[in-house]
Amino acid sequence: MDNLYRDFILEHYRAPHNRGVLEPHDLHFADSNPTCGDELSMTIQLDEAKQRVVDVAHDGRGCAISQASASILTDELRGMSLDELRALDPREVVENLGVPIGPARLKCALLSYKVLQGAVIGAEARWPDEAEILAGANEGGSAP
Amino acid sequence: MALEQATTPDVFDGAALRADFPVFDRPHRSGRSLVYLDSAASAPKPRAVIEALADAYGHHYANVHRGIYELSEDATARFEGARRALARFIGAPSEREVIFVRNATEAINLVAFSWGRTNLGPGDLILSTEMEHHANLVPWQQLAAATGATLEYVRLTDDGRLDPDDLAARLAKGPRLVAISQVSNALGTINPVAEITRAAHEAGAIVVLDAAQSVPHMPVDVAALGVDFAALSGHKMLGPSGIGALWGRRELLDAMPPFMTGGSMITRVTLEGTEWNEVPWKFEAGTPAIAEAAGLAAAIQYLEGIGMANVRAHERFLFEHAWSMLGDLPGVRRLGPDDADAHAGVISFVLDGIHPHDVATIFDGEGVAVRAGHHCAQPVMLRYDLPATTRASFYVYNDLDDIERLADAIRATQRVFATA
Repeated sequence: MDNLYRDFILEHYRAPHNRGVLEPHDLHFADSNPTCGDELSMTIQLDEAKQRVVDVAHDGRGCAISQASASILTDELRGMSLDELRALDPREVVENLGVPIGPARLKCALLSYKVLQGAVIGAEARWPDEAEILAGANEGGSAP
Repeated sequence: MALEQATTPDVFDGAALRADFPVFDRPHRSGRSLVYLDSAASAPKPRAVIEALADAYGHHYANVHRGIYELSEDATARFEGARRALARFIGAPSEREVIFVRNATEAINLVAFSWGRTNLGPGDLILSTEMEHHANLVPWQQLAAATGATLEYVRLTDDGRLDPDDLAARLAKGPRLVAISQVSNALGTINPVAEITRAAHEAGAIVVLDAAQSVPHMPVDVAALGVDFAALSGHKMLGPSGIGALWGRRELLDAMPPFMTGGSMITRVTLEGTEWNEVPWKFEAGTPAIAEAAGLAAAIQYLEGIGMANVRAHERFLFEHAWSMLGDLPGVRRLGPDDADAHAGVISFVLDGIHPHDVATIFDGEGVAVRAGHHCAQPVMLRYDLPATTRASFYVYNDLDDIERLADAIRATQRVFATA
């Protein structure tokens, strides 16, 4: 069976962590995957200095990869500063899924990263360079 | 699932035809033979088409309509021969009415820009439908925005047909142009084009037919349908990518300004102005897809060898089996008409609780290629409140074994997600 669908991914898909919408929130962004219509939104509460993440939630509908990716990514964010969020490496977001992601599904894996960047820097957030991420994955010796 | 209990036999053996298509010799990473169920997106090429491309480049290649030498005359004769073959294939009254373009999208844009911007203005109504591919929707949105015309859409019934009452009500408003597909790429619905065209003409509209999903799969006679324009793509009918056609009524084409301008679409150019060439060349600026035209002619010959009525009967046979197979499986929702006369060999479906992208990925692991997504028809997804669907589409090289493999792939997917 396709090793993309390891139990780890399916568990996050079936019972996603940090699911929902935070009210009130300091940051919010929603976006979709243009190739398949997966939708994802993120709401973030910051500390009093408006510098660090106190709480984060995601909501939306989509495939197992995009929804598990949001669940896994949001687990990492509490306590991080806005600068740290901005500096997140999209390659790490993909690697944290723990499964090989091919070109056809890379956008699914990166939607959570794209939405997070949108929440932090606004609508000028762009999709990361996919060719670079795929090249990096191959150098790292992951399964092709 | 006893698919063998077919009451009527298939009209020809799809598996035997796979020998004509080199792509089926390609090893698949699943270790299994490839089951290709994405012909509605694009079709593999038979050896005859691939060889025709190589032969055109190897032995008959020069620019067309230009050179005063044997090779150019040969290339031109073959290019115009392909036009003649296509005209005959779609029942065009004259080959002069067939314009080579890149694809159906370009054909529709040609009508929107050339006919649309000349003939439409504020207050005019354009009528399209909720089931259209973006190629037969976005150009009309742009045309409406550019001219001040209004754009309305015929609504769909729950079973994926054009709502006849809604269609009649909107035709009663007197649209100037009606843009419909003969077969919906997202739902598989076959629209009653001749009937709609009669009503549209009575209402005073011209009819633009998106025939991209019909010409490859069934006999299509544009004159018998009565439409005014028809758009098609070569790559969906076993031909090369990069070539398609617009057919249009001569009197309409003659009255239209060019879409693109430049070389070969003129008769006389001075620095002050230009006289346009006659149709179809008026609409073919620049060097066209020369070898691709030869490939398209070979595809037409291949399809004519099978017979388009046989192609349709074969796909109808596969549809009936796949439709009932999908209906028998738990956790599967099918879209489109439950009627083999109104449904082409394209089935959109949804597995409960599993996103179509995940479905397609797991299918790929089983060697089954399907399309997952919105199929460039996002309004259809909105209408049925779905983010996406999985789509299986059939062509000449498919057979009942492929449908069996489709059923196996669905069961495998449901096992991974433990939903059925």
